[in-house]
Amino acid sequence: MTTMATAPAPGFESPGVEDFQLPPIFGPVTKPVLELVLAAIIVVVLFRLAVRKPQLVPGKMQFMGESFHGIVRNSIAKDMIGKAFLGYVPFLTALFAFILVNNLFGIIPFIQFPTFAHPGVPYALALVVWVVYTWVGIRHHGLGGYIRISTWPPDVPWWVRIILTPIEFLSNIILRPVTLSLRLFGNMFAGHLLLLLFILGGEYMLFTADSILLKILSPFAFLMGIVFTFFEAFIQVVQAYIFVMLTASYIGTVLADDH
Amino acid sequence: MNTYLLAADEVNPLAPHPVEIIVGLIAFGLLLWVLAKTVFPQFEKIYAERTDKIEGGLKRAEEAQAEANRLKQEYQEQLDGLRAEAARIRDDARAEGQQIKAELRAEAESEAARIRARAEEQISAQRESAVRSLRGEIGGLSSQLAERIIGSELSDPARRAATVDSFLAELDGLGSRQVAPTAGAN
Repeated sequence: MTTMATAPAPGFESPGVEDFQLPPIFGPVTKPVLELVLAAIIVVVLFRLAVRKPQLVPGKMQFMGESFHGIVRNSIAKDMIGKAFLGYVPFLTALFAFILVNNLFGIIPFIQFPTFAHPGVPYALALVVWVVYTWVGIRHHGLGGYIRISTWPPDVPWWVRIILTPIEFLSNIILRPVTLSLRLFGNMFAGHLLLLLFILGGEYMLFTADSILLKILSPFAFLMGIVFTFFEAFIQVVQAYIFVMLTASYIGTVLADDH
Repeated sequence: MNTYLLAADEVNPLAPHPVEIIVGLIAFGLLLWVLAKTVFPQFEKIYAERTDKIEGGLKRAEEAQAEANRLKQEYQEQLDGLRAEAARIRDDARAEGQQIKAELRAEAESEAARIRARAEEQISAQRESAVRSLRGEIGGLSSQLAERIIGSELSDPARRAATVDSFLAELDGLGSRQVAPTAGAN
């Protein structure tokens, strides 16, 4: 038999956390580091193109820039923050654009790694958000007022407060940045892992596996990879949107006059 | 087993990469700074201009409407004034016409009265002269008539003169008193 002649194929090693450890390109610079720089450059260049020659009746680039800015300004900031929203629009728009481009790197050919599948920058951005909304809250209400609106919901019986106030303190003051960063990181990480699984799995089925059946079935794995690529595109946009939406919501709650 | 655990320790996916944090924060910071300085103010300026343009257009339209209403009212007032003026002029003309007619009538009437008076004067003067000439002629005619009637008696001049005088006296009385002739009573 022919199987005697060649060694049996090795079993399929499913992709894991090791696949996210990318080798340095030069010095300490890895692919995600380059992506962060590239994302910033792309965002700045696109927006600068949008306002190259601003007109009342916008051109194509200006229209896209205005639409992007308008979504954050009118559907996120205005709804979430209220009348003092205008000052936070630049921060929120920049945040949305930066996260969105970094996320979309996960499905852009030849880049194909969502920057925030590494948790460092999500931690940092969530910390920045925490500093911003804490500072805004303290500036607006004073330190005591800020802590009161964050931990002391009105019209609650005292025996509920025994449990509720520690929970509120934990969730509003400590856990918000944690969940904010882990939500983004987790989605990007899991999405990339899912794509790796289908693509590497299909590759294994087609090229490595001995079974003819697996070779025949391998296109379905690639097909699923493509389907999930579109799904990931959706997730990447949604996660960027949620990050900014929650940031605006946190700013809105610390600016609100009651809980 | 050991190597597996060790490997798992080495690649904790939750562990951040310091280089990424540093580069990410710098990249995001610069991005935010550039956009906030140069891009977003432009957008806000354009939004404001656009809003201003739309609201300004509406305001201008309202102003034009108000101006049109004002002009319309002004013209209406002018038109009403002109109508009243025309009516006044017409009334004046009518009154003037009436006055002229009355004046003309009065003038005509006085003229007629004058003409009539003069005619009466002339008539009375003619009558006077007719009476006067008749008075001369009547004497002769009457005496001729009487001569023929009585013949003989009148051959005596003294009697004739007396008869004529009495006859004339009677005629005078007739003429002045307008009484039917009663000469027969002689």
